Amino acid sequence: MIKKMTCIECPKGCRLMVDVRDGKVLKVTGNECPKAELYAISEIEDPARILTSSVLGQGLILKMIPVRTDKPISKARIFDAMKEVKKIRVTVPLKFGDIIVKNFLSLGVNLIATRKAE
Amino acid sequence: MIKRGLVIVGGGPAGMAAAISAYENGVKDILLLERDQYLGGILNQCVHTGFGINYFKEILTGPEYAERFIEKVKNIPEIEVSLKSIVVSLLPDKTITFLKPGRLETIKAKAIIMATGCREKTREMVHIQGTRPSGIFSAGLAQKLINIEGLLPGKEIVVVGSGDIGLIMARRFTLEGAEVKAIIEIQKKTRGLLRNMVQCVEDFNIPVYFNHKISRIYGKDRVEKVSACKVDDNFNEIQGSLFEIKCDTILMSVGLIPENELIEMTGARIDGNKTSVPGIFMCGNCLKIYDLVDGVTEDSFLTGKLAADYIRVRHPSLQR
Ligand SMILES: Cc1cc2nc3c(=O)[nH]c(=O)nc-3n(C[C@H](O)[C@H](O)[C@H](O)COP(=O)(O)OP(=O)(O)OC[C@H]3O[C@@H](n4cnc5c(N)ncnc54)[C@H](O)[C@@H]3O)c2cc1C
Repeated sequence: MIKKMTCIECPKGCRLMVDVRDGKVLKVTGNECPKAELYAISEIEDPARILTSSVLGQGLILKMIPVRTDKPISKARIFDAMKEVKKIRVTVPLKFGDIIVKNFLSLGVNLIATRKAE
Repeated sequence: MIKRGLVIVGGGPAGMAAAISAYENGVKDILLLERDQYLGGILNQCVHTGFGINYFKEILTGPEYAERFIEKVKNIPEIEVSLKSIVVSLLPDKTITFLKPGRLETIKAKAIIMATGCREKTREMVHIQGTRPSGIFSAGLAQKLINIEGLLPGKEIVVVGSGDIGLIMARRFTLEGAEVKAIIEIQKKTRGLLRNMVQCVEDFNIPVYFNHKISRIYGKDRVEKVSACKVDDNFNEIQGSLFEIKCDTILMSVGLIPENELIEMTGARIDGNKTSVPGIFMCGNCLKIYDLVDGVTEDSFLTGKLAADYIRVRHPSLQR
């Protein structure tokens, strides 16, 4: 079966034709770069996204500290992840890239700060 | 009056890249004026990913993209950064007046780069009938309220226009637990990037109405509902297509306009990265609206070099 999708790896947004059989990707066409193949496989097998949000700081120069997962997480877990993000309070100064939660929700990814907060 | 070399107005990605480039091209006295309390401009509120793919070949969030330039600027002593400094007047003889907490300063510059960014179009600019209740925000303002101030402006959202900021905010509101009831776009396709249609709209099954417009806003104190209709090729209402959407908040994502009041004050004409006043230059979103920050950075490196070339010819003593 041919599935149409738009690659989201970069702003170009290539229109892909993905040949899928029994839940597996056989062939990807329409792409301008190899990243689209990995994207198509992930999109068919277990769609994943990097989650970005912001968490509450306490006693820091910033009220809200922007955060993200350092790797994509399963799309199905995005709302669980947001529930956790809302509970987090950051009270210690952070450098950009510092880990806020290690192995976030046991998903094998870290939640990291994307901005410095003193 | 204090005399300075190169003065740059605006400390977003454009102003920072222009400052770095001017320094690298030999200018030794650079003053960067920013009205906010930190550098980075609009990038600070853009916490989502999608920045830097062209320039850094990496996927970064807005603050991460900004951080790389902030660090670089801080490590160049020849660039003086003045925060909480809002420029209020600019004259053709390159006299700049700015307000800092507690005082007004006037300086005379050898060269000036304007990097003041853009602002969003408002409800007034798209003519929607109805009342004037609270609950109508530009998408970028809502972005600032959520990501910087930690406030959620509403629970039931209608987005007007399908520019990238509107799409990104539709996802942001959904993640925060609000319900995005509709994105209403008068054109037949999105003005935003296709990837944002996928990862911000389709991922969350948000309804998008192309060839539709909001015809009226209802509500006394707070927005209560809107009416929407289908439009023909001339954007006129198609009879019988009217329907209502209950909502408490409307986000306007209908385009950006360069912020150019200061340049207008000088009477200068904008001519590419230069202006008709020799020694006044422009870069970034105040020159033209860029979809991607990577383009802003490249444009601003060029402007920094043009300003450095100008200073080299006119004021050789200011060279390193
Ligand atoms: C709301 C919004 C969301 C966006 N989202 C994305 C996105 O998701 N992805 C992407 O690639 N691009 C996005 N963009 C576009 C991109 O971020 C911009 O192209 C880029 O940040 C523009 O850089 P700039 O330096 O020209 O302007 P800005 O980042 O706006 O910086 C201008 C700076 O000038 C300062 N300033 C203005 N007037 C004065 C004054 N009189 N005195 C002193 N300082 C002054 C401002 O405070 C600000 O810091 C977005 C733009 C907006 C407006």
